[in-house]
Amino acid sequence: MIQFQYERAATTKAAVSALVNSSNAKFIAGGTNLVDLMKRNITAPTKLVDINQVPLKDIQQQNGKISIGALALNSRVAEHKLIIEKHPLLSQALNAGASPQIRNMATVGGNMMQRTRCHYFYDTALPCNKREPGSGCGALEGLNRMHAVFGTSEQCIAVHPSDMCVALVALDATVLVAGPKGERRIPFEEFHRLPGKQPEKDNTLQNNEMIVSVEIPDNAFSKNSHYMKVRDRASYAFALVSVAAALNMDGKIIKEARLAMGGVAHKPWRLKEAEKALIGKTASEETFRQAAEIAMQGAKAYKYNAFKLKLGPNVIVEALKNAADLV
Amino acid sequence: MNEAFFDKKEYKPLDRVDGRLKVTGAAQYSAEYPLPNMAYAVLVGSRIAKGTIKSIDTKAAERAPGVLAVISHMNAIKVPGYQPKGEHPSEPSTNGQPLRVFFDNKIYSNDQPIVAVVAVSLEKAQHGASLVKVQYNKEQHQTDLEANAKAAKLPEAAKKNPKSPTADYDRGQKDAFENSAVKIEAEYVLPTEMHNPMELQAIIAHWEADDKLTVYDKVQGTKMTQKNFAKEWNLPEENVKCITTFVGGAFGNGLHNWPHETAAIIAAKQVKRPVKLVLTREQMFTMVGYRPRTWQKIQMGATQDGKLVAINHESIGQTSTYEEFTESTLQQTRMMYASPNVSTRYRILPLNVATPIWMRGPGEATGAFGLESAMDEMAHVIGMDPIDFRLANYTESDPDKKMPWSTKYMRECYEEGKKRIGWENRKLKPGEVRDGEWLVGYGMGTGTFGANRSSATVHAELNKEGNLIMHCAITDIGPGTGTAMVQIASNATGIPTEKITFHLGSSEFPNAGLQGGSSTVNSVGPAVLSACNALKEQLITMAAAKGNAAFNSAKADDLMFDKNELQLGGKSAKTTLADLFKQNNIEKIETTKESKPDENRTKYSMYAFSMHFAKVHVHPFTGQVRVKKIVCCADAGTIVSPKTAASQMIGGATGGIGMALTEDAVMDHRFGRYVTKDLADYHMPVHADVPDIDVYFVNKPDLLADPVGSKGLGEIAIIGVAPAIANAVFNATGKRIRELPITPDKLI
Repeated sequence: MIQFQYERAATTKAAVSALVNSSNAKFIAGGTNLVDLMKRNITAPTKLVDINQVPLKDIQQQNGKISIGALALNSRVAEHKLIIEKHPLLSQALNAGASPQIRNMATVGGNMMQRTRCHYFYDTALPCNKREPGSGCGALEGLNRMHAVFGTSEQCIAVHPSDMCVALVALDATVLVAGPKGERRIPFEEFHRLPGKQPEKDNTLQNNEMIVSVEIPDNAFSKNSHYMKVRDRASYAFALVSVAAALNMDGKIIKEARLAMGGVAHKPWRLKEAEKALIGKTASEETFRQAAEIAMQGAKAYKYNAFKLKLGPNVIVEALKNAADLV
Repeated sequence: MNEAFFDKKEYKPLDRVDGRLKVTGAAQYSAEYPLPNMAYAVLVGSRIAKGTIKSIDTKAAERAPGVLAVISHMNAIKVPGYQPKGEHPSEPSTNGQPLRVFFDNKIYSNDQPIVAVVAVSLEKAQHGASLVKVQYNKEQHQTDLEANAKAAKLPEAAKKNPKSPTADYDRGQKDAFENSAVKIEAEYVLPTEMHNPMELQAIIAHWEADDKLTVYDKVQGTKMTQKNFAKEWNLPEENVKCITTFVGGAFGNGLHNWPHETAAIIAAKQVKRPVKLVLTREQMFTMVGYRPRTWQKIQMGATQDGKLVAINHESIGQTSTYEEFTESTLQQTRMMYASPNVSTRYRILPLNVATPIWMRGPGEATGAFGLESAMDEMAHVIGMDPIDFRLANYTESDPDKKMPWSTKYMRECYEEGKKRIGWENRKLKPGEVRDGEWLVGYGMGTGTFGANRSSATVHAELNKEGNLIMHCAITDIGPGTGTAMVQIASNATGIPTEKITFHLGSSEFPNAGLQGGSSTVNSVGPAVLSACNALKEQLITMAAAKGNAAFNSAKADDLMFDKNELQLGGKSAKTTLADLFKQNNIEKIETTKESKPDENRTKYSMYAFSMHFAKVHVHPFTGQVRVKKIVCCADAGTIVSPKTAASQMIGGATGGIGMALTEDAVMDHRFGRYVTKDLADYHMPVHADVPDIDVYFVNKPDLLADPVGSKGLGEIAIIGVAPAIANAVFNATGKRIRELPITPDKLI
């Protein structure tokens, strides 16, 4: 048997120090992805540090922001009064992901740390630079219908599978992490990374760091936001394309806008140029179509995912229409 | 014929007799027999699609704790049935030779089982399997159907026998299509689909003695399994026992005995312990068959006023290089409509893939996607309502066999289906109906499947407490066989259902065929009826012999039970079962009865029919399809168990939604390996995809088909659903999707 150590940590500090001096140790919380990866021989940690007892489940209003503990369950966050009231976009995105059973196990931190669902990553008989650096990218010239159109590299065209993260990046969230040297904050947009030459690295977390919480600054988007996810079946499927749209409206005029896409990149894909194009404009299908065109600039399709170049802008427009109550 | 049978009480909905066992976990499935000293086998599959095994490094696996054996072609014991070379027994037979597991170093398909690691626990076996290192001599494989279509060929069976259902067929004039006033021509593709039953394929192989084998095996035929393994291991049939008490869905992948079963039996022989082997979900995609990817082309000609002139239908389905799998893809094209000119060309294409196997509605479901889509296309071109077009080409006899139908009640299905789906809201022109942003469409598709019947035998005993206990080797893969048989027996005798037990799923019980081809109620049902009548005749003889004059001229049909009292012609016969048994000093009576297909099958064409109606919403910008309602209508003869029958239809419609919208086993042809091979990537419909499904049964007996009057239901439940949805999508959008599944990317 593949031997590994299992230990429990009850505090953030204990958890972090359990990683130090231990090569290839991993935290486990809900385990909804990690256990699959272990069963399929994709990862073999030498140590699992169970952090479920660390008190990081709270969802609370702080000065000008809402803080969500890293161990808050996806289902709890989605149903939490504060979230529904202040950030319904996040609640919608969470409910669009996985299944109720999985959401009841999965945590916010785990959701951020989940690996891609690229077919080639999951089959050890096939090449994958993310799983086995240097083995090649199976998807590049393979079956890449589900794959990225933004920010790809020759090494990897996988997408990040999370819905929650698409909403969080749109909502300007910040990630609070703790490490051996103390705490630091990472803007959500910088938490996940593009594959570049190191597709094995999904994010910018340093060795021995642990996600403590996610903070969402108060905003004026709660009345006009929408998460739209298009997938191959009505539930329990990863996004072909998803869009988080949030508007701050003065009558029909857009004062502020936030837009992000899922299913299109190695990270939740924030669309800042498109956001800018919306500011000061009257909400209309035409305005949204123009923003969607800007959003898709620089997109690059592969053999089987060219439809995302057409579906992407359509979903942006539909999400914005829903956000602006134009449907 | 037993007309009187239907004068009795009608069949009422009954909860499944084994429902409680299933939902409480008390039902024992094949992997759930805790034998002492059990060992566990895990299979290692090849990582190439074609070539040979150069070497296998088993050292690390053999050294791993708990590992008992690492078995491959290098060290497997000889399977007697593999000798002499060439013939490996298999029923039902396919042309060619089923894969002989651990026989030699040849690789015929990716993930072919090549090594079994046997250990004292599942986890130790899994770990051992992860340590096996295999080197290959790789050869260039071919797995792409369309790219290799030119190599398609006529099946050997058709070459040998021009009357084979897969042989070329021509009716009427060959140039009829060319000369038709209105012509359409289209190609359709159905991707490879997986059965994906909830229960994984599982076997426990137990050598009770050197020459005595028991298998607890997830199969659809206990007698088939007994015969195959008796031949394979050169044993008398009575030395082989197959137990399959419960099956958690199969949809056809238990209609064959597969290499993993032999692997477990070999392993059990080698480690001298019972061996349990359960496939992984991924192995369910590669080791136990699938619905083959099939390309079709249809040419259809009609008159301006909607009379079919000609249908030319060709298809190419994939098979393996070692077995010729065939199915009835084109059969319905020959008999469904009154077209004077019909040609069919069925071809198979051997590829470096594993052998397919029948999957629910086999062949017909594939062909119906072509035929029923083409019917819709033609109706659209002519400008006719698709139902009117079908009615204009309705046939009152079978134009293929040139025989009268035993029964056919499709007009009732058209009428009822139209009403229930709200067909009057359908517009002839596509894209005309909206609900908010969503486009609304209506479509329908017809299905048919032979009302098959085989011989079956039932043992029945009636004891003095009035309990009726029956035994039969048939399996139940989920449709509710036990429930249906209990209802037939109760209806025939008047004995309340709670006093009747139907034991099934063991080769020790009297003979029955496979649970497949919608034949169980049609085959086993008559044997139940026959056994019940034989018991009643025994009672009549007993009563008459004891001087009860009322029984002197009584027939089985006259006799019924009302509680324990016997009734003749609806009136009390003034005696009870207990009295009768006491007078004769016996505890029980029993009988064994066989029922066989009769000569009606040479005089009538026997088919069950279905008609499925779908209402869909399609989002014009995101391409999402939402099925809002399905109405399933079936002319399946007598419905003996209305509740489980309705469940069958709902399950079939759900499978049809999968065919139409979501299911697709995608292979990367560079590797000859599937990439969508778990339940996350291979999308079957989830609850959110399945709308209200309304079921209508004509429920008129077909007593020419069999004494129960049933024509079978399992297959027609899915046949025609996919084209109904595809046609509804066309009606909503004006977009004709000819390659399934209809995913959002195809509609934007």
